[in-house]
Amino acid sequence: METLYFVLESLIKNIVVIACLMLFVAYLTLAERKILGYIQVRVGPNRVGPFGIWQPIADGIKSFFKEDVIPLNADKPIYILAPMISFFTALSMFALIPFGDKIYLFGREIKLVIADVDVGILYIFALGTLGEYGIVLGGWSSGNKYGILGSLRAAAQMISYEVALGIILMGTIILAGSLRLTEIVQAQRNTWFIVYQPFAFLLYVVAALAEINRTPFDMPESESELACGFNIEYSSMKFALFMIAEYAHLVTVAALCTTFFLGGWLGPVLPGPVWFILKTLVMIFVFIWIRGTFPRLRYDHIMKFGWKVLFPLALLNLVITAFFATLS
Amino acid sequence: MAETRTMTINMGPQHPATHGVLRLLLELDGEIITKVVPHIGYLHRGVEKLSESMTYPQALTLTDRLDYTSALSNNLAYCLAVEKLLDLKIPKRAQYLRVLLAELQRLAAHLLWVATHALDMGAMTVLFYAFRERETILGMLEQVTGARLTPSFVRIGGLAKDIPDGFAAEVRAFVEDFPRRIDEYETLLTDNIIWKKRTQNIAPMSADEAVNYGVTGPVLRACGVNYDVRKAYPYSGYDEFDFEIPLGERGDVYDRYVVRLKEMRQSNRIIDQAINNLPTGPILADSAFAVPPDKEAVGKDIAALIRHFKIAQEGFETPRGEVYASIESSKGELGFYVVSDGSNKPFRMRIRPPSFINLGALPKMIEGQMVADVVAAIGSIDIVLGEIDR
Repeated sequence: METLYFVLESLIKNIVVIACLMLFVAYLTLAERKILGYIQVRVGPNRVGPFGIWQPIADGIKSFFKEDVIPLNADKPIYILAPMISFFTALSMFALIPFGDKIYLFGREIKLVIADVDVGILYIFALGTLGEYGIVLGGWSSGNKYGILGSLRAAAQMISYEVALGIILMGTIILAGSLRLTEIVQAQRNTWFIVYQPFAFLLYVVAALAEINRTPFDMPESESELACGFNIEYSSMKFALFMIAEYAHLVTVAALCTTFFLGGWLGPVLPGPVWFILKTLVMIFVFIWIRGTFPRLRYDHIMKFGWKVLFPLALLNLVITAFFATLS
Repeated sequence: MAETRTMTINMGPQHPATHGVLRLLLELDGEIITKVVPHIGYLHRGVEKLSESMTYPQALTLTDRLDYTSALSNNLAYCLAVEKLLDLKIPKRAQYLRVLLAELQRLAAHLLWVATHALDMGAMTVLFYAFRERETILGMLEQVTGARLTPSFVRIGGLAKDIPDGFAAEVRAFVEDFPRRIDEYETLLTDNIIWKKRTQNIAPMSADEAVNYGVTGPVLRACGVNYDVRKAYPYSGYDEFDFEIPLGERGDVYDRYVVRLKEMRQSNRIIDQAINNLPTGPILADSAFAVPPDKEAVGKDIAALIRHFKIAQEGFETPRGEVYASIESSKGELGFYVVSDGSNKPFRMRIRPPSFINLGALPKMIEGQMVADVVAAIGSIDIVLGEIDR
């Protein structure tokens, strides 16, 4: 009986989270266009429904009915698999993120997280890196030279920020004493980690931008040079999958930032999930804001920046954190 | 050691950053460019040849379609050439208005340039800021000329019309406001560390190289060569205006950007002076032979009607000879070389398009640089394919 309840609970949580995430992602595209619109003294989409609220649905329907073109010289299995990899990893990363404390329902204790894994951070890194494979393979298998350049850049970018990203988060792991995300949030009950780790927070935002391939680090895409780079040959739902994956990844990264530095679901008065969503929205807004402000870097600059600036700073941050953690 | 091979990649003719139908054949070693061959001609409409079968006033409309981002400058350059051939004396008011319109057009062209150049580098917001002002300028030009892109407004002997009421006030308001707008673009770009990294020491040219390649305009001045047709060979009364020629030092993409932004401020000054010191008087030269009578007279006077009809139908015959007239357009020195055999049509009209000659220096600039720099370099020389292919 207990097993049945467990399965039922997981199933419901999965469905609710995925549905919410998908809706969130859909409306994130609209929000981004609206916010960018206001930054750029224009209105943004406003044709489909009042304030353009049906725009994401219209976009979805449109991409669903587009012809699905597979280039002749594409490596077909990989070409088809690549967007799935991106999409899958972006979704499964979200399973680890706690969006609220325990609640009691029908006499059962329910944790507001799909999977409370004890190696949480490692799992997230693993999936994050795997997600990049979707981009690398997608560009490479589409048999287009621009695609290949996009993949090469994605691969180069991946190695330059991933190491730094890991080391940045080590600081919070030392402070929390755990890799489990719920425990990291619990450890911030008194003070958010952004107070102890302000530099790590900033570095994380930078590295996160690189991870989700957004301006100023949108190398694999760089629409003006590579004419969309890795997804140049993708059309229809395969392209939509890449898009959804990109935005889901954006949400995940913002949610992780909330979890590691902004106290996750913790906050007064309002219930946990509300706080969690609010903080995530603030982070997402920051990401969109950055996109509206900065030009794109060149890819060798990113590599130099990743290895010569981000990495040493992250190490320094780790050493200092470790030093003070040993003292206290 | 494994054998290394270069990759040949075809950039364009349909590519978001080649500013039209330019096609570049890039040979890449990784992301480093080892060789680049520009291919042009996708927008060739035979403007030079077409003009040989048109009367002089008719051929004016072709010039709109050369550099379609600054059509009034093209009109002006063509008219100057024909006027030189006819030896017409242009009234002061028309000259000042020509300067005013040409400078407004230069601002519009430079705004379009800063917008697209920044967009190529991923800075999307600048595009919309610059287009906001460009829209104002095009609105003003439309008030005067009746068209936003293809005005054909500067006519042989002067202008098609005088400025409408209220235009001067609008220009003054714009001139007042515009320097603050340039400051806005500068906050987004000039000191932005990413912008500097993307532009400084990218696609550099030395002064000697630039002169050897015949490069003109902001690209040349960014190398520190002080050559501006407005100062060197003043036309249309530019010698009566007080303005400076901004110069760069290193001749890289960043300097070209700085030079153009400074030029916009100078253009603003010129517009200010032109509108405030605008003389009164006629806007067309006094020539019964080449300049059509005004509409009022055409309705009342049979002789004027016939004269109007003759000029519209047959144009006018020009003295035998060859002339060259050039102006400083937003891209560089735009010249028209007209050969007349004494008939009412040009025997040969050769256009010196600044974009074409500046593009010739592109391979020199970008060999050895990276793919992302190609986009920066193309943006920085500000090409318009309508003018290159003619």
